[in-house]
Amino acid sequence: MEQKQQYVTIKGTKDGLTLHLDDTCSYQVLIAEIEERLSTDLFENNDSPLIAVHLQIGNRYLTNEQEEEIRDLVRKKKNLVVDSINSNVVSRKLALEWLKKEEIVPVCRMIRSGQVLQVKGDLLLIGDVNPGGTVIADGNIFIMGALRGTAHAGFFGNKEAIIAASIMKPMQLRISDTMNRAPDNYKEYYSEEGNEMECAYVNKQDQIIVDRIQLLTHLRPSLTRLERGMM
Amino acid sequence: MGEAIVITSGKGGVGKTTTSANLGTALAMFGKKVCLIDTDIGLRNLDVVMGLENRIVYDLVDVVEGRCKTHQALIKDKRFECLYLLPAAQTSDKTAVSPEQMKSLIDELKQEYDYILIDCPAGIEQGYKNAVAGADKAIVVTTPEVSSVRDADRIIGLLEKEDIEPPKLVINRIRSHMMEAGDSLDVDDITSTLAIDLLGIVQDDESVIKATNTGEPVAMNPNSKASLAYRNIARRVLGESVPLQSLETEKSIFFKVKKLFGIK
Repeated sequence: MEQKQQYVTIKGTKDGLTLHLDDTCSYQVLIAEIEERLSTDLFENNDSPLIAVHLQIGNRYLTNEQEEEIRDLVRKKKNLVVDSINSNVVSRKLALEWLKKEEIVPVCRMIRSGQVLQVKGDLLLIGDVNPGGTVIADGNIFIMGALRGTAHAGFFGNKEAIIAASIMKPMQLRISDTMNRAPDNYKEYYSEEGNEMECAYVNKQDQIIVDRIQLLTHLRPSLTRLERGMM
Repeated sequence: MGEAIVITSGKGGVGKTTTSANLGTALAMFGKKVCLIDTDIGLRNLDVVMGLENRIVYDLVDVVEGRCKTHQALIKDKRFECLYLLPAAQTSDKTAVSPEQMKSLIDELKQEYDYILIDCPAGIEQGYKNAVAGADKAIVVTTPEVSSVRDADRIIGLLEKEDIEPPKLVINRIRSHMMEAGDSLDVDDITSTLAIDLLGIVQDDESVIKATNTGEPVAMNPNSKASLAYRNIARRVLGESVPLQSLETEKSIFFKVKKLFGIK
């Protein structure tokens, strides 16, 4: 007798259960089989502690509704809870969003008083930011030129973001939700000397520190990794 | 076909009108046919600075609304045959003219004149938009003050969005002794911040005030520093290459002797 092909494989690991879900069968078949495989009395025992379930779904793409359905299905068993769902695939839209968030956006212009430049991802500005001008990035800000205006890195709450500039004479620096301003010496903004090749970061005391750009290697080692936040 | 140059600054009181009047006069001295247009409707000044206030019959608003022909509103200067002024209206406000109307007016004037200088009002609202609408080039006037440099920066940013050549910079009212002492921004600070070509520097000069009050542009005065500066700016507009004036204040002989011996 030919054995029925199994679409759901259950493996026990020290972190709980891992469910390998076949990615070639139809979704309905898969749901039915999960239902069937989990309906054994083994998982109905009220006394045993909660078991984390990890789902490996291979090359299948699940919509949010489908994901929720599977979670519900597993949750019905009293002592099972879905911990993670791992898929090899993401939607194109999500991937593009991801890319946008992580890519470096090069911009070649001057940001003058009253102008605001906002980008997703990291900003590489080739040009100056003048007093009264603002640059904003979701990620890091790198300026090849003088920063004399306002820069806001990690706009959506990334405290790891940094701001680096060839000439660092900012009016205001903001990283995530912390900010720092220049000392009250107005004339300083316009002079060219000093503050060359500097970077700003948030330290452990939640303060923005401006220091030599060479220190970044130690402070933010992941800055130079190719995939950076992608994985 | 002539070219239209708008003279603007963002901030008020930095010398747009004075620069317009003197640049126009200097260009006329070099034999160019020049038309000055005052676009500061409601607060006209250029006619006063030029000493032509008493000749005004029609104005800019009359022209765009068709109450008179363009040449009827143009006032010929009392000194130069080739210099004309189109005064602004005193009774209306900035909304009386639209950018499209300005553009067609300037296109019409360009047929006849070598240079059309447009004196822009302060601010970045309707008046500014009218003034830049028909311009081919722009001159930004600033003074060595932080606030005026800031506004100039803002204006340059706005001008970059227009379909005109990159603007040129005139630094007005330079007090060389303050610059030397470091009490005001110096020329290098300003040009490096604004990052546009420098067209000229004009030193603060009392003869400018005197000239303004008498309605004789200072460019007519052969001896004043400011007059030379404006004539140099005019020559640069004409395409000549003229070195910048030296800003050094006159030092006493005693100082020079000291310097010679290396005491200072």
